[in-house]
Amino acid sequence: MMLLPCPWCGPRNATEFRFGGEAGRRPDPASASPEEWRRYLYFHTNPAGWSTETWYHGAGCRRFLTVERHTVTHEVRAARDTATGTTGEGIS
Amino acid sequence: MSGGNGNGRPEKLRGYSAWSLLRRGLTHEDWPRAWREHELRSSYDAVIIGGGVHGLATAYYLARDHGMRNIAVLEKAYVGGGGSGRNTAILRSNYLTPEGVRFYDRSVKLYEHLAADLNFNVMFSQRGHLTLAHNDASLRTMHWRTEVNKLQDVDSEVIGPDRIAELVPYLDVSDETRYPILGALYHPPGGIVRHDAVVWGYARGADVHGAHIHQQTEVTGIDVSGGRVTGVQTNRGRIATPVVLNATAGWSSLISDMAGVAMPVQTSPLQAAVTEPVRPFLDTVVVSGTLHVYVSQTDRGELVFGASVDPFASYSMRGSLEFTEGIAGHVLELMPALHRMRLLRQWSGLCDMTPDYSPIMGPTPVEGFYVDVGWGTYGFKAGPVSGEAMAACLATGKPPEIISSFGLDRFLSGRLVGEKGAAAVGH
Repeated sequence: MMLLPCPWCGPRNATEFRFGGEAGRRPDPASASPEEWRRYLYFHTNPAGWSTETWYHGAGCRRFLTVERHTVTHEVRAARDTATGTTGEGIS
Repeated sequence: MSGGNGNGRPEKLRGYSAWSLLRRGLTHEDWPRAWREHELRSSYDAVIIGGGVHGLATAYYLARDHGMRNIAVLEKAYVGGGGSGRNTAILRSNYLTPEGVRFYDRSVKLYEHLAADLNFNVMFSQRGHLTLAHNDASLRTMHWRTEVNKLQDVDSEVIGPDRIAELVPYLDVSDETRYPILGALYHPPGGIVRHDAVVWGYARGADVHGAHIHQQTEVTGIDVSGGRVTGVQTNRGRIATPVVLNATAGWSSLISDMAGVAMPVQTSPLQAAVTEPVRPFLDTVVVSGTLHVYVSQTDRGELVFGASVDPFASYSMRGSLEFTEGIAGHVLELMPALHRMRLLRQWSGLCDMTPDYSPIMGPTPVEGFYVDVGWGTYGFKAGPVSGEAMAACLATGKPPEIISSFGLDRFLSGRLVGEKGAAAVGH
């Protein structure tokens, strides 16, 4: 079981969330070349270690979160609301 | 050390026979080790990273068919300890894309003769493979796959619930379940194999033909100079080599990073479990894409269950309760009669998932650095054909026709090979 510390809902089981992959900046769809767009879509760092990721709390607050998670130990050291930057402890 | 015997046919791998079994049984003489240990040389003609079925098969075919004997397989732990020993050992070729069907069919053909080729019993049991359809959409995909398969002479057909009930006892084919079974894609040549035996057989074969297998040898860096590979750094010292193959599956992007080659993969664990052994009753492999489960019974009588990959990136090989609960529920939906069986253990293996569920094979922008990765959930069944194709690729520098669609360049050019017949894909 993996717990993610949601800033709004407190620590919740990872099954409540949807994994959105590594957090990264989306190129502008209007001006990006097909190659840039494909690089953004397909190529990731895929680290064995700390990774900054997007998670969507679909079965909770329905907010997008930016989470720093270790991909080997599943330890989480930071989680914030992607839009507001809120890092509150939340209610448990 | 021996190679071809001059008449074009590879020499038979000796040492295992009914006579030697009888002799050693009577004399209690020790069996020789299946492959030898060697000193690490300071240079090789080719270095293969990863001592799983792909790396060892590549070494075997490279030495046997292409005469490259000064080669090494580097394995950071022990051979067959990664995905090759963690999969559910299912073989089949009833894929969806023409490229995939042709490729996996060649693999099944090689598996059919593998025990004789390697003089090692790999226990390939072609017991038939059923992929269940629980809704109209998957039934449609089954028909589509059947037609693609037939065009390439692969034995596949869609069968109805009555026929399924005959083939699979205890399967609930009534229409009172949450996901009623509407039909199945039946693939008679599919089956299961003893995965450890395949790895050991290839390791022995590669050794006989002169390849060095180095266990406990971890690659820590890849030397690239002027756009081409010059060597690899390991925990046991540097090796100079002009050719490096990355055959490390779940860890593939970490190795490619060392050569400065970006990989379109995400590593996720796939969990599996096995029950206590019971009397043989299930002689087919049963797969349900909708329920994300596959079931087969081993020769020892245990039921082996596999699922789809965990839905997030991870290099952790710990099991999870969610998986156990999920798999138990899904198996019971299919076979309610198993409700008193107990799970013995669960494990997981790392899958390097690609965006199109097809592998990445062939050269990279770094000259001399080749990849045989992106094996996701379908790597084990492709071991022999990948070994054969990558050996040709390493020996000639060009990917042979059978893997020409699986190049790394397809992700930037947009020519993906969308393989919806892969195990991880729901229909």
